[in-house]
Amino acid sequence: MNELLKQLSEAVGVSGQETDVRLMIKDLIAPHVDEWQVDPMGNLIAIKKGTGAVDLRVMVDAHMDEVGLMVTAVETNGTFKFAPVGGFDDRALLGKVVQVGSKRVPGVIGCQPIHLATTSERQKIVPRSSMRIDIGSADKDGGKGKVAVGDRAAFLTPYEELGRVALGKAFDDRAGCAILIELLRQPPYPFDLVATFTVQEEVGLRGAQAAAFRVQPDVAFILDCTPAYDLPVPPHVDESPNVHLGRGPAVYVMDRSSIQDPRLVSYLLRTAAENDLRVQVRRPGGGGTNTGSIQRTAGGSAVATVSLPGRYLHAPCSMIDLDDYDHMRRLLEAALRGLTPAVLNRES
Amino acid sequence: MNDLIKKLVEAYGPSGFEDQMRALIRPEIEPYVDEIRVDPMGNLIGYKKGTGGGLKVMIAAHMDEIGLMVTHITREGFLRFTSIGGVNPQTLLGNRVQFADGITGVVYSDRNTNRSTVFGLEKHYIDVGAADRESCPVPVGAAAGFAREMLVQGERLISKAMDDRIGCVVAIETLKKLGDSPHELYFVFSVQEEVGVRGAQAAANAIHPDVGIALDVTLTGDMHEGVEMAVRLGDGPAIKAKDSGMIAHTGLVQLMKKRAEETGIPYQIEVLTGGSTDARAMQIAGPGCAAGCLSIPCRYVHSQSETVDRRDVEGCVALLTEILRHPIDL
Repeated sequence: MNELLKQLSEAVGVSGQETDVRLMIKDLIAPHVDEWQVDPMGNLIAIKKGTGAVDLRVMVDAHMDEVGLMVTAVETNGTFKFAPVGGFDDRALLGKVVQVGSKRVPGVIGCQPIHLATTSERQKIVPRSSMRIDIGSADKDGGKGKVAVGDRAAFLTPYEELGRVALGKAFDDRAGCAILIELLRQPPYPFDLVATFTVQEEVGLRGAQAAAFRVQPDVAFILDCTPAYDLPVPPHVDESPNVHLGRGPAVYVMDRSSIQDPRLVSYLLRTAAENDLRVQVRRPGGGGTNTGSIQRTAGGSAVATVSLPGRYLHAPCSMIDLDDYDHMRRLLEAALRGLTPAVLNRES
Repeated sequence: MNDLIKKLVEAYGPSGFEDQMRALIRPEIEPYVDEIRVDPMGNLIGYKKGTGGGLKVMIAAHMDEIGLMVTHITREGFLRFTSIGGVNPQTLLGNRVQFADGITGVVYSDRNTNRSTVFGLEKHYIDVGAADRESCPVPVGAAAGFAREMLVQGERLISKAMDDRIGCVVAIETLKKLGDSPHELYFVFSVQEEVGVRGAQAAANAIHPDVGIALDVTLTGDMHEGVEMAVRLGDGPAIKAKDSGMIAHTGLVQLMKKRAEETGIPYQIEVLTGGSTDARAMQIAGPGCAAGCLSIPCRYVHSQSETVDRRDVEGCVALLTEILRHPIDL
């Protein structure tokens, strides 16, 4: 059992309220870093001193926050209205168990029992505005002292491993956090490594913008989780999924938020080949990561994004491949150990 | 000037892949600047010292062009793609593209049985002559630019990448003509404008200019049933008042007009309802600056036949030179 992943996946840190995750990570990394600080937005920024062999300022980023819900109103019957924090498919919400507020009060997003649904009702998608969180209160005052407007709710999903896959919530991006923590536990790198565990990625890459402004890196590696929607397709369909589960970490070339530095893309692919590590190129196109904020902050930096493939992201239970995780950790470590200014040489 | 234009507009350089552009532009500006550097994102920055008493001025023209990026290789060896920047599917059928390593391809679409509709990008593909997926020489993630020779039609110059190589030409020609200026000048040949003015944002964040002037193309309103816009091809450089991403500094607009009138350079005032330029990035980067834009009127923007008028280009060089030679009183 990967205890680190379990611990991080089960922690709660919906965007804007990442305190619990930050405290957990701070304790996990404190013995392995030389300095750490929490910036005004709540980003945890840690420095692991290097040997000084290479003169580069290198930042590695993973976001602490997860998508979730926010309580917006109490109904007379004691249930709660809510708004999304981050991107959801409403269809993934109905009937799911959530934990609400700092006391992690369990509740359910109620749904109409199929017994009582007419044929036409069954064919409709229930809009989020009609859903409520039910914690079992009898009336408007029943939840007092337990749940308040403004509280956040996260899915309640225990971490489990099934052979080489892991099931759980919030792998986006606690898996990235776990890998970054593992990188910090290794012996010093040739340069000072600045690790940023950032807030509010899911609501618009916000924490990383502030963090990068403070760090002003020459090079930044962004670790995230990307959707693997690689389920079987009919034989006549000839198109690539975003990424495949089990084919290794995904290296980005371009998404909606950024075009990666081509020098680092080829460096990562080369490093994977030299170390016999699985790697795949993520299908260029939509999606966005903290890279979009970090690349253009201050005077700009050379950026690369590596994501762990995950099925069913932004839903109550996602799935990752533990071999992908392992290869991603090893790829990043090898890439950091081999990184020199020569990697960033330009022909023009 | 036509030789320089031809050289730049025919070169390869989609957003994020501007190395070849930088290699072409660097020797053009090297004799005329005091320092030259390439920043982490790839912006080429030429610094020209001022004679004193002036402001810190950033001039930005973007090196990148729109393009295509390979997303998938089919079993038959065709390349599916997505766009880099704003690519109109109507401009694609039968067009030719080039990759960084010189491989060329033809763009076509799946069979369209309904001729009144245009397929989205996802139904188009690039054919590079591969027999199947295994033998395809181009990998997923490769970026293509359009391939088209420049055409000279009297005063009209027509190419696939006037946007914004013609702005780069204006910057280069201005540097050549300029001589002394009181201002600290940063000529930035920026990257990744077409995907959201990204390179100029980083450059301006580092430079912190007092004044930012973008050089870019703008649309014209002189075609039959075209956009409604009071800019015509051949009527002179356009001084931008506003576009959808920026309202130009009014003092800078006044100064641009004044310099044009003093020297008898015909000009037009531009209000662009869709699109923006590096001026937007400069205006709000770091502590902000007085931003404006000199535009080169251009027909058929984001097609392979972007059309400008040589006289507008020359007027733009003359006007920018006048602006930079004299004090900028905002």
